[in-house]
Amino acid sequence: MIARRTDAPERWSHRLARAWRTTAVRLSVIYFVVFTVFSLFLVVVVAHDAARVMTLQLHAAIDADVEALDEQYRAGGLMRLYDALEDRARRPDAGLFYLVDPSGNPVAGNVAELPPGAFDDTEDEPRPIGYVRYDANGPVRHVALVRSLVLENGFRVLVGRDLGERDRFRVVVRGAFRAMVVMLLVLGGATWLFLSRRVLKQIDQVSATSNRIVGGDLSGRLVVTGTGDEFDRLAVALNGMLDRIGVLMKGLKDVSDNVAHDLKTPLTRLRNRAEAALSGQPDPERWREALEATIEESDQLIRTFDALLMIARVEAGSSLAAAAPVDVAEVAREIAELYEPVAEDAGAALKVTIDDLPPEATTVSGNRELLGRALSNLLDNALKYGRPDDRPPEITVAVTGRRDRVVVSVADDGPGIPEADRARVLDRFVRLEASRNAPGSGLGLSLVAAIAQHHGAGLALLDAAPGLKIEIDFPRLAVGAPGAAHA
Amino acid sequence: MRILLVEDDREAATYLIKALREAGHVVEHAADGDSGAHAAETAAFDVVVMDRMLPKRDGLGIVQEMRGRGDRTPVLVLSALGQVDDRVEGLRAGGDDYLAKPYAFSELLARVEALARRHAPAEVETTYRVADLVLDRLSHTVTRGGEEIVLQPREFRLLEFLMKNAGQVVTRTMLLENVWDYHFDPQTNVIDVHMSRLRSKVDKGQDRPLLNTVRGAGYMIREPAK
Repeated sequence: MIARRTDAPERWSHRLARAWRTTAVRLSVIYFVVFTVFSLFLVVVVAHDAARVMTLQLHAAIDADVEALDEQYRAGGLMRLYDALEDRARRPDAGLFYLVDPSGNPVAGNVAELPPGAFDDTEDEPRPIGYVRYDANGPVRHVALVRSLVLENGFRVLVGRDLGERDRFRVVVRGAFRAMVVMLLVLGGATWLFLSRRVLKQIDQVSATSNRIVGGDLSGRLVVTGTGDEFDRLAVALNGMLDRIGVLMKGLKDVSDNVAHDLKTPLTRLRNRAEAALSGQPDPERWREALEATIEESDQLIRTFDALLMIARVEAGSSLAAAAPVDVAEVAREIAELYEPVAEDAGAALKVTIDDLPPEATTVSGNRELLGRALSNLLDNALKYGRPDDRPPEITVAVTGRRDRVVVSVADDGPGIPEADRARVLDRFVRLEASRNAPGSGLGLSLVAAIAQHHGAGLALLDAAPGLKIEIDFPRLAVGAPGAAHA
Repeated sequence: MRILLVEDDREAATYLIKALREAGHVVEHAADGDSGAHAAETAAFDVVVMDRMLPKRDGLGIVQEMRGRGDRTPVLVLSALGQVDDRVEGLRAGGDDYLAKPYAFSELLARVEALARRHAPAEVETTYRVADLVLDRLSHTVTRGGEEIVLQPREFRLLEFLMKNAGQVVTRTMLLENVWDYHFDPQTNVIDVHMSRLRSKVDKGQDRPLLNTVRGAGYMIREPAK
């Protein structure tokens, strides 16, 4: 319990540290920063433009006031100006209105105090000044944009509009911006937490599953949530890999079981024979027989081993000699020719039908030696197991072109293989009951299957009605493909 | 002939030395790569039998070195690796023949003798002759006692190879390699049947058969002892 309690916070910080290292978290931080900068820019631009518009409105209002007062003066002299100015200054939302005589003494308006130089217009535009104004509740400090007007008699008028409104707008904008940053922080943080927790959770799941598999349970699979996101795709890919590993492991197990059985049996037989020869009276003739049988049995064992190794090497594929263009029709002809006398001796008719095709139509990329071996195994099988009971056997080796494929087939007219057994016979050491008594290791078709797979060819066991037809269809070597140059 | 055997497995080496000596050859043995390379450099041999995997040095490396200094002594490479590409690798390194372990001694002996013969400086023969059997390599005709024997092209090549190695054992795998150019071990007796066909054409009706089966090893064509 104690260990668990002290462990918890440590794990939390560890998880946070790990979270910081993950791409998802880094991305969310980057997004947060980018959004903040972008929002800031937007707010500043909008606020600045709004403030500018407001300032222009103030300018227009001040200019209108100045013009109106000037008009009043021209129309009715100083008295009329005085009245108009006082009238404006008394309004509740009034701006700044101020009239001074030529020596600078105040005559009218709502100003209590002005900074020095308030009348000195330096530019054509209104400028901001601070001043004190009489309001309903006494003098209050204001800031206003002002413009002055000098009359012909030396009196001067100062007209202004308070900037209060614009400043209030600034406060509002600043407040909104602050709220937005807080909101972004909260949302960003939430996203960050959500993402990092989700990422970590998924990764932890992957680790847990992997650990289970490392522990020996190959049936474990990653959870596919069905959302189709990258985690799902990764999980699907990893599960595919696990499936493949599972198949390979099962294959390996099957093979070792088979090796144990199919190699131990002859080894035991070998040993028993030697033991039997040693027991009893010394008899050179009997010893000789036993030794000859031993050599024969060893040779068979070696052949089985070689075939097993060969299958393994061909299946692994990578270590084989580089592929070269091979004319499979030529190989079929050669192997058929090699087997023709044996077939004849066995009373079988060996027919070879090769489509009249140009060599390039029957050329594949591969290994002549392996292809020859595959065909030799097929012919061997046909001779051994493809014998009908009531008539002389007939074996047909055929090469046909099928669009971009080359199909090599070996057919017999024997008993054939029941549909249910067809896939099974390709496995190592599988021998059908019907052929148990004939010699063989049960590896011939496995090697053919491995060689076909190595050449990217399809292998099909078909019903020749009667008999078995084994078809290997190779992809044709495309003209100009790698390897074609050696032709 | 003088044979250099470079083989690190003591038991295999002892057996080979004994058997090769019994076959009438002089054998020098080197048990590792260094002494093997040294022996190959300092003495002349008719054939070198080289194991591929040796302590201290790689057998193929020694062969390459020999070829590098112009030594054309025929080399038979022995290896526990017997697959297609291993063979190609062995021959590419300069080996003249390749034999995968485990092998039958008769196979090794036949190959060693064939190698020595191949290397013997003889003018290129256009006709092979064994007793009254004559094979003309240029006109592709075979006669026995002056009578022409009609052979299929493959049968001709089979007989040609046998006659080229007349008086020596030729194994079934050697025949498959040299006549058909395939290097696998055929499961059935395909070669035997080809041989019996050839024999029926060459020896049929003759009181002195030339084609002999050597039990447990292979075939040999030779002039029968009188």
